[in-house]
Amino acid sequence: MKNSVTCAPQSWHFEYVLRLGDNALILGQRISEWCGHSPFVEEDVAMANTALDHIGRARMLLTHAGNLQGNKQTEDDLAYSRNEREFKNFLLCELPIGDFAYTIVRQVLLDTYHFHLYAALQKSSDDTLAAIAAKVVKESTYHLRHSSEWLIRLGDGTEESQRRAQLALDNQWRFTSEFFLADEVDDVAHQAGVGVDVSLLEKLWRDNVNDILSAACLLRPEDAPLRASGRMGLHTEHMGFLLAEMQSVQRAYPGLDW
Amino acid sequence: MEISSLEESRREAIFQARVDAEEKIEPKDWMPEAYRKNLIRQISQHGHSEVVGQLPEGNWITRAPTLRRKAVLLAKVQDEAGHGLYLYSATETLGIAREELMEQLLTGKAKYASIFNYPTLSWADVGAIGWLVDGAAIVNQISLCRTSYGPYARAMVRICKEESFHMRQGYEIMTVLARGSQEQKAMAQDALNRWWWPTLMMFGPHDADSAHSGSSMKWKIKRQSNDELRQKFVDQSVAQAQHLNLKIPDEKLKWNDERGHYDFGEIDWDEFTAVLGGAGPCNHERLEARRIAHEQGDWVRDAMFAHAEKQRQRDVRKTA
Ligand SMILES: [Fe+2]
Ligand SMILES: [Fe+2]
Repeated sequence: MKNSVTCAPQSWHFEYVLRLGDNALILGQRISEWCGHSPFVEEDVAMANTALDHIGRARMLLTHAGNLQGNKQTEDDLAYSRNEREFKNFLLCELPIGDFAYTIVRQVLLDTYHFHLYAALQKSSDDTLAAIAAKVVKESTYHLRHSSEWLIRLGDGTEESQRRAQLALDNQWRFTSEFFLADEVDDVAHQAGVGVDVSLLEKLWRDNVNDILSAACLLRPEDAPLRASGRMGLHTEHMGFLLAEMQSVQRAYPGLDW
Repeated sequence: MEISSLEESRREAIFQARVDAEEKIEPKDWMPEAYRKNLIRQISQHGHSEVVGQLPEGNWITRAPTLRRKAVLLAKVQDEAGHGLYLYSATETLGIAREELMEQLLTGKAKYASIFNYPTLSWADVGAIGWLVDGAAIVNQISLCRTSYGPYARAMVRICKEESFHMRQGYEIMTVLARGSQEQKAMAQDALNRWWWPTLMMFGPHDADSAHSGSSMKWKIKRQSNDELRQKFVDQSVAQAQHLNLKIPDEKLKWNDERGHYDFGEIDWDEFTAVLGGAGPCNHERLEARRIAHEQGDWVRDAMFAHAEKQRQRDVRKTA
């Protein structure tokens, strides 16, 4: 299945990196909501640390995207001045944090994706992207260990924790179909050696997620198509509120230094 | 009876001699029960302050005006949670379990720093907290690096290393605002106006009115008095405010050549007592946030223990 996006020359490269940056930014923004509100203080530390990793990679990726455009926009221009329809993150990143099980399930699905994605991007012909990937894959290794260990504890814990984890998985699974819908940007990026082979990524992801789910005694839901796409800028109704909050100071006092 | 109380006072004399000789007291050492209780109260209160202290600044993480500020603030709040953990571990060495510490916080039996019962109303408040509240914490904590209880002193040394970054990032935020637009400058001044007096209250009552000071000083749990530390903080802050071109909200603030210190106005002790007693603007919200976090963690902790138990049984079966 292919979405059609017509790309001006080189704009695919900007778009490819921008999407990665938006995933990192929006997911980091969501995880940061846990600070001070986690089930225990150890998790407050872990959540802040994970959010920080994502914001850090968002900064590198958005700066790189801006450079690819010829320095027309900085990381902050891209984060704070775009509207909802211009953000290209996966919908899964923008969903509200839910309970601890909901957050852990989302982390497992995305950490697995990021781990395999950035492992492959280390070989990107875009040297900057390859260097960013080398740093990110180390973080993702750690994130995935943390989230998958938690999912196993929750799935193979009490009846209550298993019920919550399975429910969270059932509710979020449909959003993963978006991960592997390669469009023109992905195809061109892959051919140019900048991006990864999406079908290979999908296979690695599926095998890895299957292993984690069976270790966690959870049932993998049926695949379901989803007629919405963050990469097309078609978001959930949650996105507008997330941006309204994130951009509030910049929107109230435009053009100032902070 | 006679013998055991003789023995007790002999031990106390030896203990006091060690404290006087600046030896560190360690968890396995004998210590007077009152010393242990005093330490549990102080260290746990300190730990709770770090943990509750995540909340006012945490209120601005999602709205930080640049990605760099967001990253720095996340790093800072992460540090504070980490400080909470160091201090909880130090408290646990005195024979009290984490669950009981949590219970004391949530039932109001244990206190946390009252400063966190004030709201963060603008981005400048994040700057003011780093500059003033972390600044005041540093003054207090540097002094505590020499406290007599080994685990507490060592936790303080680790924490102090991280605190200077906290103060710097806050002062940097204030610097940008103070040199920015009219609105930004007004925001910075308003934050200073609101945080100045509550920060001075962080050092506690005057020495003459301080309930725990006497024995704390004798046992060298505290090394400097509330008023000494407060004076030190005022003295260092005046030049910093001048450098920002902001005005400290105290008409009585004036250099006293004779004392070699700044004189300053009297704290509103009614406000101090009221906020300590629960009437601050955010007392309810802060405790409620921690209570909800803890309660919503119940099923997670249950799952963790249940899973560990299942693992243990599987291991037993394997080795059997
Ligand atoms: Fe701290
Ligand atoms: Fe701090």
